[in-house]
Amino acid sequence: MKETPLSNCERRFLLRAIEEKKRLDGRQTYDYRNIKISFGTDYGCCIVELGKTRVLGQVSCELVSPKLNRATEGILFFNLELSQMAAPAFEPGRQSDLLVKLNRLLERCLRNSKCIDTESLCVVAGEKVWQIRVDLHLLNHDGNIIDAASIAAIVALCHFRRPDVSVQGDEVTLYTPEERDPVPLSIHHMPICVSFAFFQQGTYLLVDPNEREERVMDGLLVIAMNKHREICTIQSSGGIMLLKDQVLRCSKIAGVKVLEITELIQKALENDQKVRKEGGKFGFAESIASQRITAFKMEKAPIDTSDVEEKAEEIIAEAEPPSEVVSNPVLWTPGTAQIGEGIENSWGDLEDSEKEEDDEDGTDEAIILDSIKMDTGVEVSNIGSQDAPIVLSDSEEEEMIILEPDKNPKKIRTQTISAKQEKAPSKKPVKKRKKKRAAN
Amino acid sequence: MDGAMLPDAKIRTESGTESGPRGPGCSLRHFACEQNLLSRPDGSASFLQGDTSVLAGVYGPAEVKVSKEIFNKATLEVILRPKIGLPGVAEKSRERLIRNTCEAVVLGTLHPRTSITVVLQVVSDAGSLLACCLNAACMALVDAGVPMRALFCGVTCALNSDGTLVLDPTAKQEKEARAILTFALDSVERKLLMSTTKGLYSDAEVPVWRWGEGQIPPGCEVLLGPCKVEGEPLPYVPSVCKRHFQT
Repeated sequence: MKETPLSNCERRFLLRAIEEKKRLDGRQTYDYRNIKISFGTDYGCCIVELGKTRVLGQVSCELVSPKLNRATEGILFFNLELSQMAAPAFEPGRQSDLLVKLNRLLERCLRNSKCIDTESLCVVAGEKVWQIRVDLHLLNHDGNIIDAASIAAIVALCHFRRPDVSVQGDEVTLYTPEERDPVPLSIHHMPICVSFAFFQQGTYLLVDPNEREERVMDGLLVIAMNKHREICTIQSSGGIMLLKDQVLRCSKIAGVKVLEITELIQKALENDQKVRKEGGKFGFAESIASQRITAFKMEKAPIDTSDVEEKAEEIIAEAEPPSEVVSNPVLWTPGTAQIGEGIENSWGDLEDSEKEEDDEDGTDEAIILDSIKMDTGVEVSNIGSQDAPIVLSDSEEEEMIILEPDKNPKKIRTQTISAKQEKAPSKKPVKKRKKKRAAN
Repeated sequence: MDGAMLPDAKIRTESGTESGPRGPGCSLRHFACEQNLLSRPDGSASFLQGDTSVLAGVYGPAEVKVSKEIFNKATLEVILRPKIGLPGVAEKSRERLIRNTCEAVVLGTLHPRTSITVVLQVVSDAGSLLACCLNAACMALVDAGVPMRALFCGVTCALNSDGTLVLDPTAKQEKEARAILTFALDSVERKLLMSTTKGLYSDAEVPVWRWGEGQIPPGCEVLLGPCKVEGEPLPYVPSVCKRHFQT
């Protein structure tokens, strides 16, 4: 099934909201969605919920012969699956670009950062090592897959216990959980990915973008970090240029977020361990409450609605009353009628303006001259301001032109349009620079 | 786990762990269900039977690929994903069984040239996996609002070497059993929709073939319990759906 395309209207709405520092779910710029971690009955099984994004993680192990060039190291294998359950656009059995990118990033985040001690996974050098396999299944896609997946992977690895083995001479004995307690993996540190979405060529930044925000973003920066503030991976994608201090600022934010998430993970792991030790109830069954059997839940977004009514009333009071509608049609010739205010059609004025000028030269000369003068004046000030820091805003320009004598409003309107067209190219870069300054 | 979930007091409650013997074999493990827990699919449900858990998502009726289009009915697709590794032959065979069961009850002719996709994800396997998949698929189809002739439920039985029958066996009981039989039953006519068996057994040992005539194994009454909505008796509906209709 194809992905439903995002309408231009929605895209503009989302971008506008981001410009106004508002997010649809009521979060602030640097806020994460709620993270929930639940464990299954088996070791190494967990479900991580990041808002509505859900990832199922399962770690498994197997005794295999090691790679030839790494005789004393265990093997780590990561596999993220984008199931069709997560979104209709994910087709089963196809390696999409997104999937390859996410898997590679996960490997870089968890394997290449050497967070798992692979040498401790060796049983007999050159003959038998443990292969640890991490399977991650995306169950629901609501944006920011990589953060949820990296949390699920590290939580599952921390939760996992492998069977104990003993080596006597050449004989390798594998103990069942009943004979000997399974042993946890040795984990040096916990790298966690934090995603930053950039909008409008890097002017606006959001932490933990949801699916809608991901669709309108220009670029993505993923920083994998552990709680000691050591960067494990950093990746910028989407083709945006970032300034040095933007990256530094992101790494600072990532440090704070990683610390919070690590604490949450440790608390969740401790809780589960405590419950298991006490012989209490655990597993996914515990996370379903009795009344939730067919619960249709809708999470509330905290939005301030205290003065909405007054604001709305203000807007209504300030607004001009709607113009009265002319209801009786005007008959020009038999068979044609006109409903409306009776103003002449102004379509296609732009092309005809030259001709009209020639026709009406005699009567309106003075006005035209005036307006041209004004236009050039504005332009000069604009050109001058290209290098100078002070810039006229769009609204000011337009106001200046509207100040013209309104003897012939139609005439002047065409003039302003042509003037605008001339100015358009010079206006753009100035505007951008201004915005950047505002962001900095 | 909660005892309130089970409307039938006769059914023994059991703790989340798989320890402790179960009574006379004709009882089911605890079951629980949550619907509409995923935001992207049209319908979703998670079904738990003891420690076995399956998550199901349903898309449909939706756009169909031209190559899969059927001109007079909806194309029903079932995808079963294992927890570890890639789907293999076992998954393909289960997918087929589940698809055949769903096809028997889903009114596909109401939505010709569309696709109805059921995606099942094994969350944990502690025995009776196929039955749990069937139940999850049914609940997800209900949640998606796909028109169905009847509801269905899945039940797994294990036949021990001494001839006793165990309903809804755990993984350990499955391993010890001589034969494992899984059935799908519909809720209106209470007839057999699907059956699959593994192992050795004889007709006399399993009163299965009488189930097709409206007799239901005692433990399954819970899954196929009668249900009422505002005094009006409904056709037989799996009792997990009960609250869904009552609330």
